[in-house]
Amino acid sequence: MAGSEIVQQAFNGLSLGSILLLAAMGLAFSFGLMNVINMAHGEFIMVGAYVTYLFQQKIAPALGGTAATHSGFYFILSIGAAFFVTALLGLLLEAIVIRRLYGRPLDTLLATWGIGLMLQTLARLIFGASNVAVTAPDWLKGAWNVTDSIALPYKRLFIIALVVICIIGIYLYLNRSSSGRRMRAALQNREMAACLGVATRRVDAYMFALGAGLAGVAGAALTLLGQIGPTLGTNYIVDAFLVVVLGGVGSLPGTVIAAVLIGVFNAVFELGTTATLGKVMVFILIIAFLQWRPAGLVTLRSRA
Amino acid sequence: MIDPKVRRYAGWGAFAVAAILLLFVAPSSLSGFNLNLLGRFLSYAIVALGLDLIWGYAGMLSLGQGLFFGLGAYCFAMYVQLEQAGNKLPDFMGLYGLSALPAIWEPFHSPIFALGMAILLPMALATVLGYIVFRSRVKGVYFSIITQALTFIVSLLLIGQQQLINGTNGLPINDSSTLFGHSLQQTGTKQAIYLVTVICLGLAFLLCRYVSGSRFGRLLIALRDDENRLRFAGYNPVKIKIIVFALAAGLAGLGGVLFFPQGGIVSPASMGIVPSIEIVIWVAVGGRGTLIGAVIGALVVNEGKSWISTKSPDAWQLVMGALFVGVVLLFPAGIVGSIQIYGARLWARINKNAPPLGVVAAVHEAESEMSGAVEASK
Repeated sequence: MAGSEIVQQAFNGLSLGSILLLAAMGLAFSFGLMNVINMAHGEFIMVGAYVTYLFQQKIAPALGGTAATHSGFYFILSIGAAFFVTALLGLLLEAIVIRRLYGRPLDTLLATWGIGLMLQTLARLIFGASNVAVTAPDWLKGAWNVTDSIALPYKRLFIIALVVICIIGIYLYLNRSSSGRRMRAALQNREMAACLGVATRRVDAYMFALGAGLAGVAGAALTLLGQIGPTLGTNYIVDAFLVVVLGGVGSLPGTVIAAVLIGVFNAVFELGTTATLGKVMVFILIIAFLQWRPAGLVTLRSRA
Repeated sequence: MIDPKVRRYAGWGAFAVAAILLLFVAPSSLSGFNLNLLGRFLSYAIVALGLDLIWGYAGMLSLGQGLFFGLGAYCFAMYVQLEQAGNKLPDFMGLYGLSALPAIWEPFHSPIFALGMAILLPMALATVLGYIVFRSRVKGVYFSIITQALTFIVSLLLIGQQQLINGTNGLPINDSSTLFGHSLQQTGTKQAIYLVTVICLGLAFLLCRYVSGSRFGRLLIALRDDENRLRFAGYNPVKIKIIVFALAAGLAGLGGVLFFPQGGIVSPASMGIVPSIEIVIWVAVGGRGTLIGAVIGALVVNEGKSWISTKSPDAWQLVMGALFVGVVLLFPAGIVGSIQIYGARLWARINKNAPPLGVVAAVHEAESEMSGAVEASK
């Protein structure tokens, strides 16, 4: 196995990991904050991807411009659209279902799974069971040839850049804005934050919507890598959960490290064996790691 | 309040009536097709009993029961394939150009080995996973996620093994399949398998009743309600958890064995994430924490599924999704639990003249069972 092959594969892993990161971030925070496991999260990814598709098919032509701009400049807009639509969906879900299930995490898991199933079926009824494709912008075609044997596709570079921007945005939001600070306060010590006047329920709703929106962005990014179908989310959700387990609950650095690790390890193990055996090895490594640190890579220190 | 003694007699009476109905009335009155369907659902009910023990009583939501179910079915299916093939190779291996039987298949010539493995293999897997997971005090949703990931990975592994166990296609029975020399297409064989299923379900029910009523059963409930207190009281929760996890896995394996000849096929699709979580909805609908609820849930949900799916498979998916949301939001105690609660309230309203203490006790008992169900969801 040549070294360049490993580098190439590690790069693919990095781009996989960055998508996992977007998907897992919402999961990790809603679990840390509300003790809620959202099984419909994968379907948020799917919804985000379909929003991108619809945007390109219906809305972009309505806004005018040439065919090239439909898949070009408007692609950036459609990422924003995917974020807002899924965030709205998340807000709705939080208000209708999750808010009523506080303190019952296993029940939340079941209810959200039911919602995911319904979303998936609705997508199949609306868009059909067969996959659809989103045309990638022209300026994302091709690859950056680092050496003769290493080619980094622009699409994947774009995804990594997109994710980095998202992370910086979230970091600034959590650490610099007053709303983000309230969120961190609720994350560290819910009761104390509530006593000091933080509307924890509203914080929960915002957090959940934000997580859903990020999943939508992940879906929009996935449209660059292949066709999309109703079961798009299920392919990523198990890995996203493993990211949460490995990274530790409600920690931004932990989630980042875990997502990158799982993405890269998956891709590199895949190289020597098969895709399945790669997944098995990653799973075994995670279980082994939990023996050492059951709470994950980074744990929140709190006196609560 | 109904006298506990009367209640116990009523319980045994209901058990006897159900046994008579299933053993004698159903085989003679149902068509072959419907009897086969009922047999399948009854084998599901055994799986549901196992999940009820670990989730309804001990409060650990395993999303890996489908995996154990599938393993049991696969072990038995390997024996059936070999019996049909005789001294030759099973049909599908010829298609992939295999010339010799893989070593792992060899012992499955023996039905006793195959049946033993069908139950022991899931139990062993549950014990190993349980030991590793419980020892590091991984619990709650973490446990659910890890069991789900394991299920996902094993079904992926099986899909990849085409030459060994026929990959996605799974192991089917066909017209010339036999079991202990009897054709699986004959009515007599089918009825016999159905009867064995009923008896196994009865035994599994009695076993679970015994376990849940014993001291061990009380430990399970204590585990669900306050694990730390149990630990401080000097018990080892790891041991209790492993035992109940293994027991649930064994029951799922047994359900798989009984399902295979009646379902006609086992494939990776019957043991993945979705089948595993379907088992959860049976128990949730029937009423977690009540054994009879698990059985009723498995029957009702599957009856509904087969009825609706014949009209439209998409509709079933929507109904199942709505069922999850509805049960969890509106009836967390399930069918049986809700009947207990509302029944006790009704009883209290009718019996205004009855000694008030008893009424209060009845409502309290029912409500504590309800809160038990809610507790199980934590």
